[in-house]
Amino acid sequence: MKVGRGELLTGRVLLLLLMTITILPFISIFTTALHPSGTVPNGLEWPSNPQWGNFIEAFNVANMTTLLASSIFIVIAVVPVSLIISTMAAFAIGLLRIPGSRMLLVLFVFGLTLPFGGIIVPLYYLERAIGIYNTRFAIVLPLIGLYMPFAVFWMRAHFVNMPTEMSEAARVDGATTWDLFWGIHLPLARAPIASLGILMSVWTWNQFLLALVLVEDPSQRTMAGALGAFQGHYATNVPLLSAGTLLILIPTLVIFLLFQRQIIAALLQGSVKG
Amino acid sequence: MYAVFVLLPFLMSVHYSFFSWNGIGPMTWVGLKNYMTVLEVPDLLETIINAFRLVVFFSFIPVGLGLVVASIIHRVATGKLGAVSRTVLFLPYIIPLVAAGIIWGWLLALPGLINQILNSVGLGVLTRAWLGDFDWALPAVGIIGIWVLLGFCTVLLLTGISKLDPALYESARIDGANWLTEFLSITVPLLRYELIVCFTVTVINALATFDIVYVATAGGPGNSTAVPGIEIYILAFTEQRIGLASALAVMLMILVLVIVLPIQRIGRETN
Repeated sequence: MKVGRGELLTGRVLLLLLMTITILPFISIFTTALHPSGTVPNGLEWPSNPQWGNFIEAFNVANMTTLLASSIFIVIAVVPVSLIISTMAAFAIGLLRIPGSRMLLVLFVFGLTLPFGGIIVPLYYLERAIGIYNTRFAIVLPLIGLYMPFAVFWMRAHFVNMPTEMSEAARVDGATTWDLFWGIHLPLARAPIASLGILMSVWTWNQFLLALVLVEDPSQRTMAGALGAFQGHYATNVPLLSAGTLLILIPTLVIFLLFQRQIIAALLQGSVKG
Repeated sequence: MYAVFVLLPFLMSVHYSFFSWNGIGPMTWVGLKNYMTVLEVPDLLETIINAFRLVVFFSFIPVGLGLVVASIIHRVATGKLGAVSRTVLFLPYIIPLVAAGIIWGWLLALPGLINQILNSVGLGVLTRAWLGDFDWALPAVGIIGIWVLLGFCTVLLLTGISKLDPALYESARIDGANWLTEFLSITVPLLRYELIVCFTVTVINALATFDIVYVATAGGPGNSTAVPGIEIYILAFTEQRIGLASALAVMLMILVLVIVLPIQRIGRETN
């Protein structure tokens, strides 16, 4: 494609400008984090005496090791279970077309647009009643449920596009439904399952509302939820708050930079299908 | 699982919304009174209006701007610069919204970067504590939304543009089309599907927003940035007015459905 030189230049300059604006907030909290704890620095100013120790202090006061463990526990408890249930459900709906499939789909469509805020109040009372309030399961169990509509739609989109001849041929060879699922369709569904897993991990890691309402103890929360508590305690100590925020962001940023292709692709497909 | 933790709470929400209840004492049947209250009390109605104001920032601006940026990237930065810019612009979308709220809470504070920039270009008179200003807090929250969602829209639209047949652009250029005509007569109409996805995602984000507002302003100053998500939280967990909170929750869920379904329908028809 031929593009004029002037346009090329203006376009690129605009783009660089936009990238700078996007990045600037991160740089601002980075320089702020290096100022002496408790002071109020300017928005963007390299400190005369960088306080790298702020990161260590934030690491300790934010209880980062416990937090990381808690978040990882929650992700590990949510994602595999959701993957198994949703894949089987989607297999039943999309390929086997069990009776009532249409009804189930309609129910799930409703769940797709449901704002979490809409059901948070009853969830709170429900969890108090069954005694899982203020444990990690208070986040895990509802999340598995809340992911179902999206996950089932996602996997169904894959199964629906599978040629039926394949299943029929296997049936003729005497395969049971279980063989069909386990031996043929599951291996073929590896790519969409992986993307779905990435998506749900990111969402879980970043989940805030459920953590805030359903778990009082910050050390039992997700990363995002704990960050909220951290902000509550250190709202006035801007350098320390910045250091803590950056620390909490680091795992997300590292994982994003490593798997950016897969993550971007998964998030985009996710929104297109959903 | 879905039934117990999604459908059951939904039905409970509807059920609660017809009662007056403080969470502990007896529940009193009040019929539709809670719904009337939401519509009659200006502060509650305001939260719904605020949600719509945020749609402008969370949805219209990121989608519109994203479209322009995507077509710029497509035209002038096909190589390495394009790849880097995708990564950079997408970054704000993957961090927790809470973090976005905290970062911008600091940028928009009195000694923060925004005021520093204004001062340095001689616009010192404009500086203020943006999130504490009655008139400016809502647009300031909106800016955070733009920052978060712009990259997502841009990258989504860019994948759409790259799928279009380059021959279309070639022939348009032979006919002497400039950037604007190309943009209006090829890019926009052919990207209808991606545009609708962008609108759906961002509108849901705007109406159901909670994290950013909770961290950045908690609904204040006064009621100027209160959105339904925040108000539900306050009503239910600080004021113990469960029935009223549930009525607002039900209205929010219906609102999202009523707005998103038609957008989706247009999408399906054009497909």
